[in-house]
Amino acid sequence: MRISTVGYVGKQGVKNIWRNKMFSLASIATMSACIFLFGLFFAIVLNFQYIVKSAEEGVAITVLFDEDATKTQIKEIGEKLKARDDVSKVNYVSADEAWESYKKKYFGDSPELAEGFKNDNPLAGSDNYEVFMKNQSKDKDISVNNKSLSSTQNELVKYAESLDGVRKVNKSDVVAKTLSSVNVLVGYVSIAIIIILFAVSIFLISNTVTMGITVRREEIAIMKYIGAKDFVVRSPFVIEGLIMGFIGAVIPLGILYIAYSKAIEYIMTKFSLLNNIITFLSVQRVYRGLLPIGLILGVGIGFVGSYFTVRKHLKV
Amino acid sequence: MIELKDVTKEYSKGNAALNGVSVKIEQGEFVFVVGDSGSGKSTLIKLILKELEPTEGTIIVNGQNLSRMKHRQIPKFRRRIGVVFQDFRLLKDRNIYENIAFALRVTETSTRVIKKKVPAALSLVGLAQKYKSFPKELSGGEQQRVAIARAIVNEPAILLADEPTGNLDPTNSWEIMSLLKEANERGTTVLVVTHNQEIVNEMNERVITMKQGVIVSDEKKGGYINED
Repeated sequence: MRISTVGYVGKQGVKNIWRNKMFSLASIATMSACIFLFGLFFAIVLNFQYIVKSAEEGVAITVLFDEDATKTQIKEIGEKLKARDDVSKVNYVSADEAWESYKKKYFGDSPELAEGFKNDNPLAGSDNYEVFMKNQSKDKDISVNNKSLSSTQNELVKYAESLDGVRKVNKSDVVAKTLSSVNVLVGYVSIAIIIILFAVSIFLISNTVTMGITVRREEIAIMKYIGAKDFVVRSPFVIEGLIMGFIGAVIPLGILYIAYSKAIEYIMTKFSLLNNIITFLSVQRVYRGLLPIGLILGVGIGFVGSYFTVRKHLKV
Repeated sequence: MIELKDVTKEYSKGNAALNGVSVKIEQGEFVFVVGDSGSGKSTLIKLILKELEPTEGTIIVNGQNLSRMKHRQIPKFRRRIGVVFQDFRLLKDRNIYENIAFALRVTETSTRVIKKKVPAALSLVGLAQKYKSFPKELSGGEQQRVAIARAIVNEPAILLADEPTGNLDPTNSWEIMSLLKEANERGTTVLVVTHNQEIVNEMNERVITMKQGVIVSDEKKGGYINED
């Protein structure tokens, strides 16, 4: 193929956008709307996963020791637990501290009830380690971290139980299981919504591209009668689709970038109490994934939509 | 040059637009194809262009058997055939120069050759001065002349014209026929589908008459057979 032909089809692709202003605008608007919805949903899901993962971080297991466990043995257990990748923090809680905490929790309003145990710690021998699990999403991409909290916790419990000097390991099964199921549910719902959004966008884009090609069916027919190769007929439309796909992705991604930053800023200033409960992902963190996916989606839909729709008209 | 052997074309079962047609058109001939609407004239043109596939029979154009031709070979084959339509089929958003250059650009001709060939084709049809005009600024006759310029700019071996004077007044019709005849005199085989009795009778060329999908008459120096 001649360079001048490549230049010509490229120029025609760009010119076509201008020649069919209304169609181009309709296509870009449709694409923008779909990618905006996708981006919005993507940001919500990502934040939700982040919040759930952060909540997981607060889940701890308790490791209790054999009655005859020596201080060295206890120290060794602590070090082995700390060395694990899935452990973020290991707190030693002595029997006295455990009793103090228990008193505060259960006899806080009527301390006289604990008077009977004045010099006798009923929790003697309950020295333990509080082991906090690491939120792996902080180190890795959330979407990659699919391992459920429940299974990670079970692995840790098994490991702790196998250590010398460990009598018992208590775990918060309900919390772990609930958080894991919420995460799984969010995963399924997001897949379902993304599939629906994809189907809707492909349908809309295909419709708008068909409209545009119908308007120019005569031009395609003339090209075919004259003896243009399929590549030459198709290329301007495909280039047009790619450019419109790119613009249709950049616009919503830009709007969403500004809207997201402002929304997070607004929520955090208006509802400052939320600061202690949840943390939202930064816009940069969201766009690390959303930007390439959004651009690929826009350009990809533009390409697929135009390529396959023109194909139907090449049989002249 | 163009040969049809027992060609039948059915659009639906039992509904034949062409029925066992056999005809041979030699290189450099000027041929009229006449007949009522629905007699199969336009189907004949579409089959020669390989826009349609015959249900039965063989079509040979420029030495190529169209039944054996692959899809990717069609563009090259069509570059040797020029086509003119009743409704001109010009690109309304491009000026006259661009309309003709379009035929060369999409067939991957170099810019240098385009700059030489387009003005030459426009001169042949007498529109060299109007190269900047857009189709809507031209009369029907002028638009058809542009369409002829586009059809001949690639110097085709065959020129097919489907009712080229159908939308034109008598004066313009004669101008168009003169241009087609000139192309024929330069060696191009010309096949004209028409209803224009006056022109057919005056020009005294070969006339193939069709009726209900079959050739009912083929005369070397014929006239328009009026059925009425």
